[in-house]
Amino acid sequence: MNLFIKILKYELNNIMRSKWVIAYFMFFLVITEVLFRFSGDSSRVLVGLMNIALLLIPLVSIIFGTIHFYNSREFMELLLAQPVKRNVLFSASWLGLVLPLSLAYVMGLALPFLLHGTSDFAPYLILLSSGVILSFIFVGLAFIIALKITEKSFGVGLAFIVWLFFGVIYDGLIMLIIWQFSDYPLEAFMIGISSLNPIDLCRITIMLKFDIAALMGYTGAIFEKFFGSLFGIGIAFSMLMAWILIPYLIAKRLFNKKDF
Amino acid sequence: MISIKNLNKSFGKHKVLDDINIEVNSGQITALAGPNGSGKTTLVKAILGLVKPDSGQISIDGANISDNSTYRENIGYMPQINFFPENLSSKEILLMIKDLRNISGNSEFEKGLIEEFELEPHLDKKMNNLSGGTRQKISLVLALMTDPKILILDEASAGLDPASAKKFKDTLRKARNEGKTIILISHILSELEEFADNIIFIIDGKILVASGIKSLIAARGASNLENALADIIELQKKGNLQ
Amino acid sequence: MPKKIYILFASFFISCIIFFTALSTSNKSEKDVKTTQISLKDLVSNAAPNDTITLNGGYYPESGIEIYKPLTIIGKNDPVIDGQSKGKNIFLIKNDSVSLAGLTIKNVARHALWDNAAIRIDNSHQCKVLNCKFENAYFGIYLAKSSNCEVIGNKFQSQGSHESDAGNGIHLWKSGHIHIKDNVIKGHRDGIYLEFGKACMIENNWSENNIRYGLHFMFSDSCKYLNNHFEHNGAGVAVMYTHDIEMINNTFANNWGTAAYGLLLKDIHDSKIYGNQFVNNTVGIHSEGSIRIKVEHNNFIRNGWGARIFANSNDNFFGSNNFISNTFDIASNSRMNFNKFIGNYWSGYSGYDINLDGWGDVPYRPVRLFSLLASQQEPVMLLLHSIFIEFLDIAERIFPVLTPETLIDSKPSMKIIK
Repeated sequence: MNLFIKILKYELNNIMRSKWVIAYFMFFLVITEVLFRFSGDSSRVLVGLMNIALLLIPLVSIIFGTIHFYNSREFMELLLAQPVKRNVLFSASWLGLVLPLSLAYVMGLALPFLLHGTSDFAPYLILLSSGVILSFIFVGLAFIIALKITEKSFGVGLAFIVWLFFGVIYDGLIMLIIWQFSDYPLEAFMIGISSLNPIDLCRITIMLKFDIAALMGYTGAIFEKFFGSLFGIGIAFSMLMAWILIPYLIAKRLFNKKDF
Repeated sequence: MISIKNLNKSFGKHKVLDDINIEVNSGQITALAGPNGSGKTTLVKAILGLVKPDSGQISIDGANISDNSTYRENIGYMPQINFFPENLSSKEILLMIKDLRNISGNSEFEKGLIEEFELEPHLDKKMNNLSGGTRQKISLVLALMTDPKILILDEASAGLDPASAKKFKDTLRKARNEGKTIILISHILSELEEFADNIIFIIDGKILVASGIKSLIAARGASNLENALADIIELQKKGNLQ
Repeated sequence: MPKKIYILFASFFISCIIFFTALSTSNKSEKDVKTTQISLKDLVSNAAPNDTITLNGGYYPESGIEIYKPLTIIGKNDPVIDGQSKGKNIFLIKNDSVSLAGLTIKNVARHALWDNAAIRIDNSHQCKVLNCKFENAYFGIYLAKSSNCEVIGNKFQSQGSHESDAGNGIHLWKSGHIHIKDNVIKGHRDGIYLEFGKACMIENNWSENNIRYGLHFMFSDSCKYLNNHFEHNGAGVAVMYTHDIEMINNTFANNWGTAAYGLLLKDIHDSKIYGNQFVNNTVGIHSEGSIRIKVEHNNFIRNGWGARIFANSNDNFFGSNNFISNTFDIASNSRMNFNKFIGNYWSGYSGYDINLDGWGDVPYRPVRLFSLLASQQEPVMLLLHSIFIEFLDIAERIFPVLTPETLIDSKPSMKIIK
């Protein structure tokens, strides 16, 4: 068994037992079940869950990720004093955090859906995979922050600001741009700018799978055409993969150079 | 034997290690002392590869350590601050460290340590439920249990009860007699004088003294290590240290 | 010669017997026209005015059957008249008091120039089409310049796929006092189409999966429609350029699409919308230039927009309606509002009722800032369900700056109105 698997196993063993991860799982489980009982209609449950997931997953991933990294600094130090390569420890820690968070989310949503069933299988799968992808992305960003900023309270604060930027402020800027340049055809630009923010990209991809997309009118139709095409799917997919890989690689580089 | 040549390290503008040149011999206990922030911990972390030096070389038994991780199989390290994953038990952490070193099962040596430090009743408890002293003992066992050739212990006796502290010293003496290389960071000079062979004293990232303890005291004509070191610091301030 | 008279006499006699037995609903057996060799055209041209022709089963591959006298044709055991997609209209009625009942009429020729219909009633009055089936008709029943007719209990099923190759189920042009009741219309361009109609009564119809509108109303005043069901139509129901319409107890459901409505009102005044169900439409009611419309006791449930009211609509009244789980309850494209909302139930209302009189103590603002922004700049809609938008809406709700000040329900109901 190689070292990566060994460390990953212990990381998982540790984090899966974390009360925060269990609470995170329970939250999704309860909220999904409640939404089901409340509205009964699985596509409305999905829209409700989308709202919650897009808000909560990036927030929890980046804040919990940052705190977890700060809390494990000493133990990482001990592990690095063992015959373990930095690359290996880094990848195992990263995956060891992302997997439990993703699993908590997926299981939290899956159990009620198995119980109640769904006819909207495609949007459901997209909602699940979007959540997993966002967990990967924001844990990567969390690690960059924790590696760049030594002071824990400052790091957690910055993590919150980064979340605020992607989750809230970015859309405010889009709105401003729409207002400023309302005389120009903005659709192509909008496709570009919303693809750059992983939360927006996930939100739009999910929404296009729901009949709620009809509310988005002409712009929505253009988006649907773009993201419905093979090219558009390819762009969306590569964007999200880049969003996972680039923070991961940056964090890994920082980790390899770090003085503990 | 660990040899360090022209080792430099800065954190930003602050020079933490300034042209360090030392050799640490096996079969001896070498104490690393100095005021807080003098660079002791950074120096041992450089040996462990936890801190990347700006320049200089570190070799262990003639082999350069840079870009290598396997040499650490021979090092047991006890960090100054021990903070373990909160959801793992002591036993799981012991297992994990052994697992990473490809060691299976409990050696007689390890069992002896656990018995000696009376850790048996704590093995199934979660780490964050343990007292500071017990955690310190677990941390010590983690460093010692694989019976490595080199031991690096950072403030190891701090927080130990007197009985455990005595057992700790006995264990170290035994290890020295087996020919191991032992580096001990401490700021309690009386304790060091009692059982260390050599002292390396660092101030502001520079080595002030690297010498045998007994010969140092004798050379300065001091009553103890503390006075001998005080004498040297005084001389250095005047700028006429030979 | 005597033979001919004999046949004529006999057929008249038999017809009378059948007619009266049908009226008295007895089960007496009749001598009917049975053989398929006889053409319907011949039967019609041979019949005397006010005759009743009864077809007992049979298959008539004919079109262009023209009726110039008062006549009743009754189908028994499902006689089929098949236009074979040839010719023009299958039946052309050009006289008053013609009744067709119980016939299956199918395969009307589709043509780019002529609005061919299964039954065209031209300039005729007191005609009836009852319990007929229309399959693959281009236009089903086409009434032009006719009045006091009845279209009751018919079924229309067509397979048009584009607006251009489909006709309307029931088409009225310059016709008044028409009673359209109990019809089921599927797969046409417009389910029911009225242009320059007057005082028509449309009730209990079911209009579904039509390519454009379930019901399309233009320049047709004083009409009533009640208890109809409109579902899954391309764009819902449109009522345009008219006045004094009563829309009561209809259901508008599942009209989804970027340009779909439950009910589109354009330049309507002095009308009444009462007791209707608007469920799961992109827009429940879309109103442009509507004046003095009373909207009461309707349910707006799970629509994208409950009602979208453009600024040129005024003096409309919304009272005692239920707005439940709509993405947006009311949208407006302006800060100005000249419409009244009082005493509705809003599921989005989060106020309180301290004096327990059943009415919320703080007014409800049904226009979300986001829907206002989106109606001014459509691309903003792309931010739907973004957290930023949720925050913006909350802020606007607490400190209203941009949403119409007067567009409030000052007396929101705490409970769903029965």
